[in-house]
Amino acid sequence: MTERITKTLDKLSSRKAIKYGVYAAAIIIFFALILVPPIAGIFIKWNDIQFIFAQPPLVNRALSAIGNSFTVALIVAALDLLAGVPMAWLIARGKSRWLSALDTLADIPFIIPTTALGFSLLLFWSRPDGISSLFGTSLISPGWLLVMLLHFTFSFPVVVRVMVGALLDYKMEYERASRTLGAAPFTAVRTVTFPVLRPAMISAYIFAFARSISETGATIIVAGVFGQGGFENGAVFIQDMKNTYAVTDPALYNGAIVFASFVLIAVSIGIFIAIRLLGPKLKLPLKRVRPFAERKLSYKKAANSRNTVILVVFFALILLPSLFVALTAFQVIPTPTFTDAITGKGIWGTFWQSLLLSYGLGAIVTVINIIIGLPTAIIIARKKAGKFMSSIFDLLVNVPLVVPSIALGVSLGIFWKSAFTFPDFVLLVLAHLAITYPYFVRSMSSALERISPDIEEAARTLGAKPLGVFRTIVFPLTKYSMLSGAIMVFTRSVSETGATLAVTANLQTAPVLLVNWIKIPGLATSQDIALASGFLVLFSFIILLVLRLVVGREEKY
Amino acid sequence: MPEVRVVNLTKKFGKIPAIDNVTLTIHDKEYFSLLGPSGCGKTTLLRLIAGLIQPDSGEIYIGDKLVNDVPPEDRDIGFVFQTFALFPHMTAWNNVTYGPKVKGYDMAEATTIGHEVLEMVKLHERLDAYPNELSGGMMQRVAVARALAAGAQLLLMDEALGQLDAKVRTEIRYEIRRMAKDLKLTGIHVTHDQSEAMAISDRIAVMRKGKILQVGTPQELYMEPESIFVAHFIGESNFLEGYVASKTCEGNIIIELREGTKMEAINRGFVEGNQVVLSMRPETLIVEPGLQEGQNVLSGTVERITFEGSSVRYEIRLPNDEIVIAVKPTLSSALFKIGEKVKVFMPVEYTHVFPYPDTGLKEEISVA
Ligand SMILES: Nc1ncnc2c1ncn2[C@@H]1O[C@H](COP(=O)(O)OP(=O)(O)OP(=O)(O)O)[C@@H](O)[C@H]1O
Ligand SMILES: [Mg+2]
Repeated sequence: MTERITKTLDKLSSRKAIKYGVYAAAIIIFFALILVPPIAGIFIKWNDIQFIFAQPPLVNRALSAIGNSFTVALIVAALDLLAGVPMAWLIARGKSRWLSALDTLADIPFIIPTTALGFSLLLFWSRPDGISSLFGTSLISPGWLLVMLLHFTFSFPVVVRVMVGALLDYKMEYERASRTLGAAPFTAVRTVTFPVLRPAMISAYIFAFARSISETGATIIVAGVFGQGGFENGAVFIQDMKNTYAVTDPALYNGAIVFASFVLIAVSIGIFIAIRLLGPKLKLPLKRVRPFAERKLSYKKAANSRNTVILVVFFALILLPSLFVALTAFQVIPTPTFTDAITGKGIWGTFWQSLLLSYGLGAIVTVINIIIGLPTAIIIARKKAGKFMSSIFDLLVNVPLVVPSIALGVSLGIFWKSAFTFPDFVLLVLAHLAITYPYFVRSMSSALERISPDIEEAARTLGAKPLGVFRTIVFPLTKYSMLSGAIMVFTRSVSETGATLAVTANLQTAPVLLVNWIKIPGLATSQDIALASGFLVLFSFIILLVLRLVVGREEKY
Repeated sequence: MPEVRVVNLTKKFGKIPAIDNVTLTIHDKEYFSLLGPSGCGKTTLLRLIAGLIQPDSGEIYIGDKLVNDVPPEDRDIGFVFQTFALFPHMTAWNNVTYGPKVKGYDMAEATTIGHEVLEMVKLHERLDAYPNELSGGMMQRVAVARALAAGAQLLLMDEALGQLDAKVRTEIRYEIRRMAKDLKLTGIHVTHDQSEAMAISDRIAVMRKGKILQVGTPQELYMEPESIFVAHFIGESNFLEGYVASKTCEGNIIIELREGTKMEAINRGFVEGNQVVLSMRPETLIVEPGLQEGQNVLSGTVERITFEGSSVRYEIRLPNDEIVIAVKPTLSSALFKIGEKVKVFMPVEYTHVFPYPDTGLKEEISVA
């Protein structure tokens, strides 16, 4: 029976009309669900902008908050590159068995929902029971420095991931050739390896930038209170407008969020395009080499001290603060709070509900992503829409990545609510879909690009129909990338706060709940919050472990 | 100056010895080839000499200097990679002048050197093209020019011609040799193509399974192969199994082949009863229908004919059912037809006799 079905489907897939129908549907869905709503929404309420312009101080506050967003993102992405490249180098080039463990550890800040991460950093650096207890005073109070640290931490794994992949793909032959021509190791890396890896560095930078610009929940947690030494960026500003004016002055609220979202989206896309266009042109000519000095930098001592520095930075500045909340959560286990949590008493009932909502939402979004993302990935990788259109498409797919997620949520909410009355859950699915869309498509399209079209053509000449080729050749070769793309979508969706806050006031996903617990005084105790974060960390670990077991070491996501 | 000497060199990958206790001297200004089937360790040996990998044991000398602990950039070598390894982010010109630049020369010097070597490889156009825009032949020239520009006295080339088509290949291989000679370089050239090695080398080392079987000039290897494998790999040989039946008064031996066929051959220290392999080059066999019966003359039937242009190749079945191959110049005489009865004469002076290998003949000549 199933055999008959696959046979029929195989046959259908070789019909031109059906093949192009699928591709056309993928393109239409992309524009209608993913690309247009997050941008078009703000134009629907465009006229409300006048209300914020009536209050110049608010405009100035919005602009400086948005400026902060970009300053943080641009600086943090640069710092991440600075720290992430040596770390990736160590992982990819080192020979010790420990390095594969390091590789896994480096993923941790990526997989922990950012709100839990934010709370962990807050505990570690600022709360009296964290590291500050050693100094008697809060080491880093909530504010810009803590925000920078947070963003540095959760963007770091992305850079490491991209660079490890690039280094493993890099042909060592180039570096060897350089050595035989008389270049010391440092010179070889500087003049050959880095320039060849530049595209990977650019995309690592864009990833880190995008992650920083998009983050909302954790930033709210560590930003402090605005006006009392706290820090405000675009996302925090939009959230604050919601808290302050959504009920009392809806017109001003709309004006403020439309204005802020518009500027955030426009500048973000502008920066993204600028990096994509100018990055590859940025050429450092091979300036004069100083053989003697570069030789000194090349040898063991220099490499060892570099490795030491990067390991200290990683463990002390990234890993320990990220996991600090787990320690606190452990301390909660013997207390009644733990029993309350397990039995779902009081506020814990809502916690488990929100957790269920988060994971259910994540699962639904992942499945839809696979269905609609696969044809798109094929279009991009195989240039099915013509060379020019396909590369434009490739660029557009990245847009949701760089649109700050709270702005995306604002705009998308306005867009759909203006025409339909969807239940909040549908809006949530649509918002999460738009945010996670690039992850699956990118991971799949780059996996497809690694498969030579020759292989597919060979299968066709052997008599396989297009769908048959996919089933028998493409799927087995890309299933790991597919899985890791899916897991990225899932974790991103579970972590997401900004867009969720923007589209619904009724549904609380786990990270939103956590933000509320932390920000609204008297709602939950510090113990509750620590334990809840601990649970999130624990579940993330389980996911990471499963990922490692199934995907293995070679396939990087 | 650079004579290259490796002594008792061993390199293992896991358990497989890629280089197995090799000792070899390459003379100054010699053009030397490492020849052997795929996987025999040629690349590994070359990389060991270049310092791109470290030996497990043994010594490597360049000139008189022990270089085991010298990093590749200080070994004063030029290396042409199998895949060229042209830097993809640099133009042809910048690739070529890379060596002088990283050695700290100033722009003017680098430019002068660049022009000199490009003159040598006869490459004048498309210097500002990137590697992916160049043809295979051009990439090859750029790769050689880049290695020469670094000013090395020792040029190492790993199957540098492998990716080129046959015509370009024959053209460039003589050019490289000429350049090496003009510049008084020592050249080590890795190839699995025996005709390439024969055509351009002063001497050749034939390698197999990590060991060097024989080192010699092309003529020596061809005329005096010391092993069945060399006789098989250099040129072509007929192999017939048998044992030593008796000795003649001239000191030759009589070998009894299958089915009692007897052949006379030059003795190389065999005694009666030894199991041996008799080998002859196809072009040394004399094939005529009207030959007189006599020593080393056998009758046979033409089974297959292959026309190879300047020569014709015959597969001839002997009465004992073995097949020998004979090659005759196309224009020298009448051609035979399939099924034609002929006489085959195998001149004693061209015979080679080897002890029968322990592992069997098939295994001994396999290139895997
Ligand atoms: N980095 C490596 N790791 C493991 N095994 C290796 C490595 N490099 C070479 N080998 C093994 O060592 C042996 C010799 O390899 P080498 O590359 O020297 O062969 P080669 O003679 O150059 O062959 P070819 O003509 O195919 O290039 C082979 O069995 C190969 O599989
Ligand atoms: Mg090789």
